[in-house]
Amino acid sequence: MSEPTDTILQVENLKVHFPVTQGIVIKKEVGRVRAVDGVSFTLKRGETLGLVGESGCGKSTTGLAILRMLPVTEGRILFEDEDIAPMEGRQLRAMRRRMQMVYQDPYGSLNPRMTVDDIVSEPLEVHGLGGTKAERREKVSALLELVGLRRDMGSRYPHEFSGGQRQRIGIARALAVEPALVICDEPVSALDVSIQAQVVNLFEELQERLGLSYLFIAHDLAVVRQISDRIAVMYLGRIVEIATRDALYREPLHPYTQALLGAIPIPDPEIEKARDFQPIVGEVPSAMRPPEGCRFHPRCPHAMAKCKVELPPLVEMADGRAVACHLHPG
Amino acid sequence: MSDVPLLSIDGLTTHFRTERGVVRAVDGVSFDVRSGETVAVVGESGSGKSVTALSVLRLIADPPGRIVSGEVRFDGVDLVTLSDPEMRAVRGNRIAMIFQEPMSSLNPALTIGMQVAEPLNRHRGMGWPEARRHAVELLRKVQIPDPEKRLDSYPHQFSGGMRQRVMIAMALACGPRLLIADEPTTALDVTVQSQILSLLKALTRETGAALILITHDLGVVARYADRVNVMYAGRIVESGPAGAIYARPRHPYTRGLMASIPRLDGDVGRRLVPIPGQPPDLAALPAGCPFAPRCVNVMDRCRVERPPLAPVDPTHSKACWSDV
Repeated sequence: MSEPTDTILQVENLKVHFPVTQGIVIKKEVGRVRAVDGVSFTLKRGETLGLVGESGCGKSTTGLAILRMLPVTEGRILFEDEDIAPMEGRQLRAMRRRMQMVYQDPYGSLNPRMTVDDIVSEPLEVHGLGGTKAERREKVSALLELVGLRRDMGSRYPHEFSGGQRQRIGIARALAVEPALVICDEPVSALDVSIQAQVVNLFEELQERLGLSYLFIAHDLAVVRQISDRIAVMYLGRIVEIATRDALYREPLHPYTQALLGAIPIPDPEIEKARDFQPIVGEVPSAMRPPEGCRFHPRCPHAMAKCKVELPPLVEMADGRAVACHLHPG
Repeated sequence: MSDVPLLSIDGLTTHFRTERGVVRAVDGVSFDVRSGETVAVVGESGSGKSVTALSVLRLIADPPGRIVSGEVRFDGVDLVTLSDPEMRAVRGNRIAMIFQEPMSSLNPALTIGMQVAEPLNRHRGMGWPEARRHAVELLRKVQIPDPEKRLDSYPHQFSGGMRQRVMIAMALACGPRLLIADEPTTALDVTVQSQILSLLKALTRETGAALILITHDLGVVARYADRVNVMYAGRIVESGPAGAIYARPRHPYTRGLMASIPRLDGDVGRRLVPIPGQPPDLAALPAGCPFAPRCVNVMDRCRVERPPLAPVDPTHSKACWSDV
């Protein structure tokens, strides 16, 4: 893996709130969904940061907000040292060429009426790149080859491809404009087990060849462990723990990280027998009315009186690790 | 666990007639399930695992589907030969099914209480007031808080995990001898998945019912199953006790699956070893072994002759010509 040298993305206190309104003529705000509520992290060039958590934790919203596909309520998004949160219009479009997205659904994210050639070359046209039509065709063929498809597949339509191949097309489209950062939102979770590995390996190979940085959003902690250098765990709109891969999996500190890791079975019946697994209780509460204090306290097996009233801050610890838990005050 | 199997599937073959030809979704599947046992059917999409389950319950829409041949003996009776009314008396009563989608498997227009009480009213001839009292107990058993109050709620007022608990309560209502769970937790979050599966396992242990667990997740199989059937292209390619299959997988497909999945305890920095190629088109299966085009141990014989499921030891079988 390439040595991370500098910071490509720095997110500071990012908040994305969605107003909940009532009334048809006179709309009144009656509440707010705090989908992302104060998230900060950095991503180094050539690095993969895994962003994990259960549905509703705000991981996808974070990804979309960084691409400015959702309005940012508060906070700074420094991409290559420039704050992109207030950008508009042409400035924003130019910036988007540098960061691209790969989506979860390989069926819904490709236009069924467009050929693969058109799908992959569309971003080139949008950004005025790729020169003549012939040059664009040549570029598309090279991209298809890069993602492990045949050069001559460009004239086909998405329905002629399997799920894994469609995800490769989505990756080719993202790479067409030569981005520095790729935000991958659950890119393998819709794929079959034997195909997942092909696509995970492709992401790793492309990173080595092109020096890409990935923000890899996923709920599967085993996949995230495979691909990430560092991992941030989210719960109800906040990061509860962030650490290097080895530190996080060897010694998870936050009780939620521990619960998540415990919930994932290891494919070995002998190990599973020895683990004697006990599931944690409850489900993720609504982001409209998050619990007071630590948001995880109603489900936490170690909850103390303090946890019910005081929100624990994300405290920096040794070797770049940070935890938001009163059990680990630093 | 008794010696006489509760369920014995023998040569089950289910075809679908489509525009592109006959799709051999289930192609000669045989396995047994004993009381008190959890048997996993594991495979990828299109492997035929769900159609196997639906065939056992005779829930295949005809047309386009049809059970072409084979027997499904449950408690000594071949379910394939039962009339529709006879089959309805079995379904939801002695065999119950839990589906993947807790959102779409519940009727959105009926209260939870009605839906949990319905099988009791239908199969046990209980009056509604009595069935309702039973429903409270069932909801308590699946750990739904305030069951008396929740009885009059509608499905949309429940979270995904709670809806799946309701599905389990419905399935358990008549005290079935066999539960079939088709990807019961795939739509749920990780921490809720483990709650539901652990609950399902505990309840079947308590009642002595057998459980067929249909899943694509090899981790789930390792944690909960006693015996495992690995399916590929409508056939069982390997079958045996969970411990033996994980310790020494004998079929190249099973080995390929195990090498291709990332594990929480795997070596870091090592590339995954994917299975090359794509799953086959079930309407145009190759001659011989359907896995041959993707197999690393393929021999000439594999391309012409289909390997039967044959024992490698008294409890463990594989459908493969290779001795590797």
